[in-house]
Amino acid sequence: MWNHQLRAALAGLAVAASFSTSASAESVLRVAMTAGDVPITIGHPDQGFEGYRFVGYNLYDSLIAWDLSSADKPSGIVPGLATSWEVDPANKNRWILKLREGVRWHDGAPFTADDVVWNFEHLLDSKVPHYHAAQAASVKARIISIKNVEKVDDMTIAINTTDPTALLPYQLAYVLLVSPHRYKEVKGDWDAFGKNPSGTGPYLFSKLVPRERIELVKNTNYWDPKRIPKHDRLVAMPMPEATTRSAALLSGQVDWIEAPLPDTIPRLEKAGMKIVSNAYPHIWSWELSYQPGNPWSDVRVRKAANLAVDRAGMKEMLGGLMIESTGNVEPDHPWYGKPAFQIKTDKEAALKLMKEAGYGPGKPVKVKMAISTAGSGQMQPLPMNEFVQENLRDIGINVEFEVMDWNALIETQRKGVKAPETMQAGINGINFSRNTQEPFGAICRFAQTDQASPKGANWGHYSNPEIDAVCAKAVVEFDPEKQASLFAEAHQKMVDDALMIWIAHDVNPRAMSPKVKGFVQSKNWFQDLTPVTVAP
Amino acid sequence: MLYYILRRILYAVPIALGVSIVCFSLVYLAPGDPLQTLLPDDTPPEAVAELKAKYGFDRPVPMQYLFWLGNVLTGDFGTSIGTGRPVIEEIGRALSNTLLLGACAVAVAFTLAIIIGGVGGYLHGKVSDKVVTSIAIFGVSVPNYWLGIILVIVFAVELNLLPAVGMGKSGSQGFGLDLESLKYLILPTITLALVPLGIIARTVRASVAEVLGHEFVQTLRAKGLSERGVLRHVVKNAAAPVLAVMGLQFGHLIGGSIVVETVFSWPGTGFLLNNAILRRDVPILQGTILVLALMFVLTNLLVDLLQTTLDPRIRRA
Repeated sequence: MWNHQLRAALAGLAVAASFSTSASAESVLRVAMTAGDVPITIGHPDQGFEGYRFVGYNLYDSLIAWDLSSADKPSGIVPGLATSWEVDPANKNRWILKLREGVRWHDGAPFTADDVVWNFEHLLDSKVPHYHAAQAASVKARIISIKNVEKVDDMTIAINTTDPTALLPYQLAYVLLVSPHRYKEVKGDWDAFGKNPSGTGPYLFSKLVPRERIELVKNTNYWDPKRIPKHDRLVAMPMPEATTRSAALLSGQVDWIEAPLPDTIPRLEKAGMKIVSNAYPHIWSWELSYQPGNPWSDVRVRKAANLAVDRAGMKEMLGGLMIESTGNVEPDHPWYGKPAFQIKTDKEAALKLMKEAGYGPGKPVKVKMAISTAGSGQMQPLPMNEFVQENLRDIGINVEFEVMDWNALIETQRKGVKAPETMQAGINGINFSRNTQEPFGAICRFAQTDQASPKGANWGHYSNPEIDAVCAKAVVEFDPEKQASLFAEAHQKMVDDALMIWIAHDVNPRAMSPKVKGFVQSKNWFQDLTPVTVAP
Repeated sequence: MLYYILRRILYAVPIALGVSIVCFSLVYLAPGDPLQTLLPDDTPPEAVAELKAKYGFDRPVPMQYLFWLGNVLTGDFGTSIGTGRPVIEEIGRALSNTLLLGACAVAVAFTLAIIIGGVGGYLHGKVSDKVVTSIAIFGVSVPNYWLGIILVIVFAVELNLLPAVGMGKSGSQGFGLDLESLKYLILPTITLALVPLGIIARTVRASVAEVLGHEFVQTLRAKGLSERGVLRHVVKNAAAPVLAVMGLQFGHLIGGSIVVETVFSWPGTGFLLNNAILRRDVPILQGTILVLALMFVLTNLLVDLLQTTLDPRIRRA
């Protein structure tokens, strides 16, 4: 009883502290998202990584966090609610994590090992009442190797895995922890929890109006004083129409918009808006079918296609808002390696390879690509795909498109090249943008034989025993440097075998009012909004 | 009359049932899956299967439909796959916002259409008539998404007189009948009103011009009835076809517009439907379309009743 009252009082104080500043001259950061609705607030959000960016990582923390402090270096992982982690030297299937002392949930309760155990039960154990099937499914791919989580002491936990997995720290960065105390307060009603969520993140929940806005206020008691927000209130609004977002920024209704259209950027700049962009772990490529008898089965055709794409021309078409892709990651990345096959635009070399393969402009080969009209991370899919289509026609590859909406393309991707409807439609490639944030997701999932669709992301059923062997070693290599070098070796082999047609990396453009200052766009899908200030 | 009303209400049942069956079938005929956009691209198939079972998507489609229908008959519209919130709550909130916008558009479109259409019909063949006809053609021809964007650029971006998007600084929760809130209604109302304005104005013009050409009007004038008295008879005779068109347009307006609501980020049923279509949020799609269809049927019934009151010949027919 006393405990409950104390927690309520602490929560009240936290909220009161937040509002005490807002009462005078509240500084508000208003953001227009590309999402069609406010992301859900019960933990892992929907609306893709945008949901994590504006709601998930602001209300909640993970045990291990992304380092979002730098715009220059690839974004790695740093301590979050766990201060340290190590694999048990005697048992590679067991990780020991020390938890951060002195952290409190937004509801005022202290953060303990019991809470972490409860959270993993909530995602792993369908027999407990707090299990949530949709939340579990949304992170299942990240926690598939976790068998269970045990409390060692009040501030230490052990994570037991089914197999040795050196990549667990990266996976934990996606797992957001919610307050079991708030869940109990609302008597296990997740809908009620979503209307008054409680995490440990740098923002406290203030208000949610479905399809209109979510308002968060700064958590003055946040455990990391450096990340206490420098503005009082964050308002995130769903605005799926790109023109509407630009108009909202230009008319002063919002301070920040996600993904402005390339052709609106000159107008935004003319009005004094800042365009911020940076490389981030994303690829926009053509993934290919490796089914027998398929034109892409010939490495010469794959290499020729890679050499035919005029990436610089495409970049110009997009107003500079892309990075020319020569692999799943950029050449300066630790996982890039030293491929012998240099991806560049060289039409002569492409024509020569096509001739060797028995094709050419006079004897074209036909392929069919599944593409979408729009979609999360798809950039400008129609003009970009048509651009590549023109490039490939010049060397004797005639591309036909199977155009579908985003939802249908996701299904085509998930079911893989062997799905009856895909085979019946004669589709032998797919343009599907991907996240390459952590090493397995960046490299091995596209190439390993046992990641063939529908189980994994190897859409076209590529198989290369050498890559399989390197990837198998990489996932059990616990030394970070050796692990990075193994992933680089796998990636090098992928490029040398021209596993896909690499075209672009997105640069995640966003436009903001000149009043917005202090934002550092990290090389990550997620961003730290806490240092942002908004001038009156 | 009571028998007529009861009969019309009974007609609404098969219509609603038909609409729900067509809608359900279309959702499943379209490629894509309700759970695709919810889950990351590398979600294991067993996790997808578990979630499908939880939402009942693993059952045969006819069973899913019957299960849904059974729940709806008991007042349970289910929960949204995307947000986890009750569908009825989502529809209620969106519908109130759409009704507000629709009512304003009805007021603007109907009033202006009757005035300019009436003037055009009364002054048939004169310059005023040509002006009215031009306005009507403009209203019918201009795509409303284009008009919406142009209005935003002119009045919100360039002149900074009106807000570009949304329902106010605090959204629909803070919407009130104050000047600040009403400013948010102006641009979407004009955009939404333009098409029905054109359609109704043309109908009013044609109907008034036609009635004015009838012999009884000449008789009324020959008998020395004042022009105001003549007009009263003309309006009464011209009202029936106009009411029918107005009824249809009323149904369209209160049904919400996906395009207008998306352009202005107006959180109504159009915005809700657009999001539900993209995400294949079947419970939201089904519930919203059913409610809108019933409202459309109800509106048509009210218009029919009004028509029979004005012109008893319709009931006898």
